[in-house]
Amino acid sequence: MNVKGSADLTYSDVTPKSAYMNRRNFLFGAVATYGAVRGWKKLSNWMSGPGKGSVPVPLQNVKKWPSSTTERVTPIGDTTTYNNFYEFGTAKDDPVQNAKNFVTSPWTVSVEGEVKKPRKFSMDEIMKLAPLEERIYRHRCVEGWSIVVPWIGYPFNVLANLAEPTSKAKFVAFQSYYDTRQMPLGPQAGIELPYVEGLRLDEAMHPLTLLTVGMYGETLPNQDGAPVRMVIPWKYGFKSIKSLVKIRFVKDQPPTTWNIDNSHEYGFYSNVNPEVDHPRWSQKTERRLGEFFRRPTLMFNGYGDQVASMYAGMDLHKYF
Amino acid sequence: MRAQINAIFISKWTKAVVFLSCLIPLDVLIWHAFQENLSANPIEFVEHWFGDWTMRFLLITLSITPLRKLLRFPLLIRFRRMLGLFAFFYACLHFSAWIGLDRFFNLRDMLADVLKRRFITVGFAGFVLLIPLAITSTAGWIRRLGGRRWQMLHRAIYITAILGVIHYYWLVKSDERKPLQYAAILAVLLVWRFGIWLYGHTKRAAARPPVSSEPTTAESA
Repeated sequence: MNVKGSADLTYSDVTPKSAYMNRRNFLFGAVATYGAVRGWKKLSNWMSGPGKGSVPVPLQNVKKWPSSTTERVTPIGDTTTYNNFYEFGTAKDDPVQNAKNFVTSPWTVSVEGEVKKPRKFSMDEIMKLAPLEERIYRHRCVEGWSIVVPWIGYPFNVLANLAEPTSKAKFVAFQSYYDTRQMPLGPQAGIELPYVEGLRLDEAMHPLTLLTVGMYGETLPNQDGAPVRMVIPWKYGFKSIKSLVKIRFVKDQPPTTWNIDNSHEYGFYSNVNPEVDHPRWSQKTERRLGEFFRRPTLMFNGYGDQVASMYAGMDLHKYF
Repeated sequence: MRAQINAIFISKWTKAVVFLSCLIPLDVLIWHAFQENLSANPIEFVEHWFGDWTMRFLLITLSITPLRKLLRFPLLIRFRRMLGLFAFFYACLHFSAWIGLDRFFNLRDMLADVLKRRFITVGFAGFVLLIPLAITSTAGWIRRLGGRRWQMLHRAIYITAILGVIHYYWLVKSDERKPLQYAAILAVLLVWRFGIWLYGHTKRAAARPPVSSEPTTAESA
């Protein structure tokens, strides 16, 4: 007997009519709600206009740093619309939209921990600690894309030396601004916030490590880490912490956000290294934004001559 | 009302409209390309665009059967093959974008990726599994295989959809909401099928005529 074919049952035998009518309404309701939410989000983005947040202003008296790379600078339209800044959403085009209302003034950066002179710096003070330099650096994201950016700032060691780290200071811990009123999407980022990063003291004091207040001749756009951020060009981009509010000199290696999220994939050092793959993808090549062909990734992002000696004798597969 | 809706389903114009609608994602992408609106990383944008639409078409295809039964519109079956083939179409475009744009036919690297990167391994497996389904989607193949065997084969789409979700889940860095949305919809669609199967199974077991009282059969039952 063909059991399958013997369907004297109708669906109302299986499920009473009232139940499936409810289900149908639920289905339509769910679809309609989803559509409405998506549509509303799109519409409100479009209607919200220019935003109420801080906007970049031109910077005067910026010296050109002589060692800048001569590679083609990535257009500002790319570096300001393709961002990882999870406090403002996890899609690349989220931060440019959602950081429009980010107010970055007044702003203070607190320097504390193992220092002789802990203190708070206002943004005005930070802008004047040293002559501003334009440095064109390569910037390589752990995801496999790269850009070339004309940053503006001065070496982080200028600020550090003012605070006078004690002999106990072996590492520097950095912390980003985090306020869910200004960053309502933060709780959905999937990473623990506030964002924290860290460097070994010698890395932090290295002359390439840039305390950055601007790019492309202006102060930093919100989505690129306004008003002040770090740039460490030989490390993956996520080490270059944005919207910096706290700098703490410490004895022990500090926790770092992506390492907390997944210590197997993101190490404390995170030096750009084509020989050490991310567990899920190869790091041998990268796509420079604006180019069709992938290009080989360079050891220490091409800054090996300046930084490799800091890692002499270290197993970079272990300390990735 | 139902008669009118059914008339719409039967109309060959409806099929044409559905066909053209399925091409809208491709049209929109081409429109974006002409507007130079493919983000700062167009290759990644194109890859993700096709990947997303592959997942969506897989889920749409899988929702045809539940919708037919819940809404009592059996004629929806008329669109299932087309939708499934569009899932394959977007999967091909997704795969081609990876090969041709992202990796630029670097076969050695690609092979290494397929073997070494588990998110690529599962994505590739899901894609390969779709190929026999696309080939045997014709009436001739249904006849040749026989309905039951054909249906068995085409249940492979469940596996492809599951692999697709895993592929996406393993790709993202921390914000898992989008792959989890796909996973939730897929779970509903598969659990519904399982429920129907289980219900039919127990119903059939209950309806089975009582076995004769021979001890051996009773024990083995």
